[in-house]
This record gives sequence, C-alpha cells and structure tokens, in this order.
Amino acid sequence: MSLTAKDKSVVKAFWGKISGKADVIGAEALGRMLTAYPQTKTYFSHWADLSPGSAPVKKHGGVIMGAIGNAVGLMDNLVGGLSALSDLHAFKLRVDPGNFKILSHNILVTLAIHFPGDFTPEVHIAVDKFLAALSAALADKYR
Amino acid sequence: MVEWTDFERATIQSIFSKMDYDDVGPAALSRCLVVYPWTQRYFGNFGNLYNATVTAGNPMVAAHGKTVLRGLDRAVKNLDDIKATYAELSVLHSEKLHVDPDNFRLLADCLTIVVAARMGADFTADVQGAFQKFLAVVVSSLGRQYH
Repeated sequence: MSLTAKDKSVVKAFWGKISGKADVIGAEALGRMLTAYPQTKTYFSHWADLSPGSAPVKKHGGVIMGAIGNAVGLMDNLVGGLSALSDLHAFKLRVDPGNFKILSHNILVTLAIHFPGDFTPEVHIAVDKFLAALSAALADKYR
Repeated sequence: MVEWTDFERATIQSIFSKMDYDDVGPAALSRCLVVYPWTQRYFGNFGNLYNATVTAGNPMVAAHGKTVLRGLDRAVKNLDDIKATYAELSVLHSEKLHVDPDNFRLLADCLTIVVAARMGADFTADVQGAFQKFLAVVVSSLGRQYH
C-alpha cells in the first residue's frame, strides 16, 4: 500500500492546514491513547502524571507530532529519513511496533475532532496510509 | 460477562440517544468503503463505489449504513448480554455473508472517527475509552460463531 503522488500531495496540503495546531493535536492524541488503551502506559512508568493535559504528556505529544511533521517533508524516502529514529525505537525504546498503529488511530480521531470539515474520507485515507508508511519506516531496524 | 462501570453504561447510552442514526450510519459505512477499499468486496451489487463522492451519494450504501447502526442499537439495549444478542448475526456474517471478521474492526474504527467528528470536544478521552470498549465487545461477539 505505497504512497501515490496523490496521497503525498493530499497529506502535504492537509498538514499545511493543521501545522499551527500540531502541538495541541499531538498532546491530545497521546492523552487519548494513554486513556483509551491503558496498556500503552507501560512505556511511561517514569512519568509522575499520565493524565491527559499533564505536563509530560503535552511535552511528549509535541515532540512526536513535530517528528511526524518533519516526516511529511521526507515522504519520498521515509526509511532513509527516519533511520536514526528507527534506531532509537528499535534498540533503546523497544516499543512494540503494534503500538504505532494504536497511536496512529488516536491521531486520526484527534484530527477528526479538530478539523471535522477538512478530515474528509479522501484526506483520512491519505493520512492513514502516510502514518502506516511512517510506522513501517520506524520499525525498519527492529530485526 | 462484560463488566460495565456506571460511567461506561451512561456514556454509551448517552452517545446513542443523541446520535442521528440516519446520518452517522451512512457516513461510517461510506468512509469505511473509501478508506479500506478492499471492504468493497462484499458489496458487488451496490453499483458505483469508485470514488468517495459517488460512494457517499450511493443510496444502497446509505440504506445499509442505517441497517448496520440499527443493528448496533440492539447491543446498546442489551449491554449485559451482547454475546447472545448477536449470536444469530454472527452466524449470518460467517455462514451466509462470508465476511472476514477483521472487517468489523475496520468499520468500528470508521464509526469512532465519525462519532468523534460529530461530538467534537464532548468526545473526551474517557468517553472514547467507553465507546471503543463497547465496539470491541460488539466486534468480538460478531466474530464468536465463526469456525
């Protein structure tokens, strides 16, 4: 399910609309994931406060969304562009790659809430494909 | 037996009591057919599904979306025994319709996104958790009679 030229242009256009709110979206998506999928909290036992809106959740949501925003510009070579991040996730963080899909779903839910008019089915499929390709690139070094 | 907290029960009932089934059902099904195009395999006699606009305007998709959502209503009214409520529907989807049960999860995800878009900020993380737990039970029950 590779990214077509049309997928890339739809993702870029949509990201142009949402980039101003990227931090908020990242924070909310992470908070939703930790609440609706409590098993994901196991990766953050070092945080004092895991509730949505807490300082570590907001900060880390911003970090994640910033990296995703960078990846929008790297869509022609996600595996190469995300190589260092893949090393980090594979060898240091060791996040089970099944969780990438869970976070992606929560990003989509958050986007639907904040941009109900713009998050049409056509945009939804392009962003879903992009996040799936990004997740695969992030998992590239795992084994 | 599924254990529902008071919050989960109240939340699920509230979401469905406020929902416009005739809007949400068609929107969720047509989104599923667009975002996961392989799901179109089950709707060969529905006519044109070749793009998002055509799918959204397809009257058979709209009618079936409403049917699916009314089916969900039965689970909302029988939260304490969704498994029994859906036993026949599960057999139907397995033996007659031959639907891969993975597809139930895909439709559930699209329904979550449509409901989230309609509810906006009221669809809080806790509300999302309750709604998704309900859909997970529904999906599991629908897949239960497959063999």
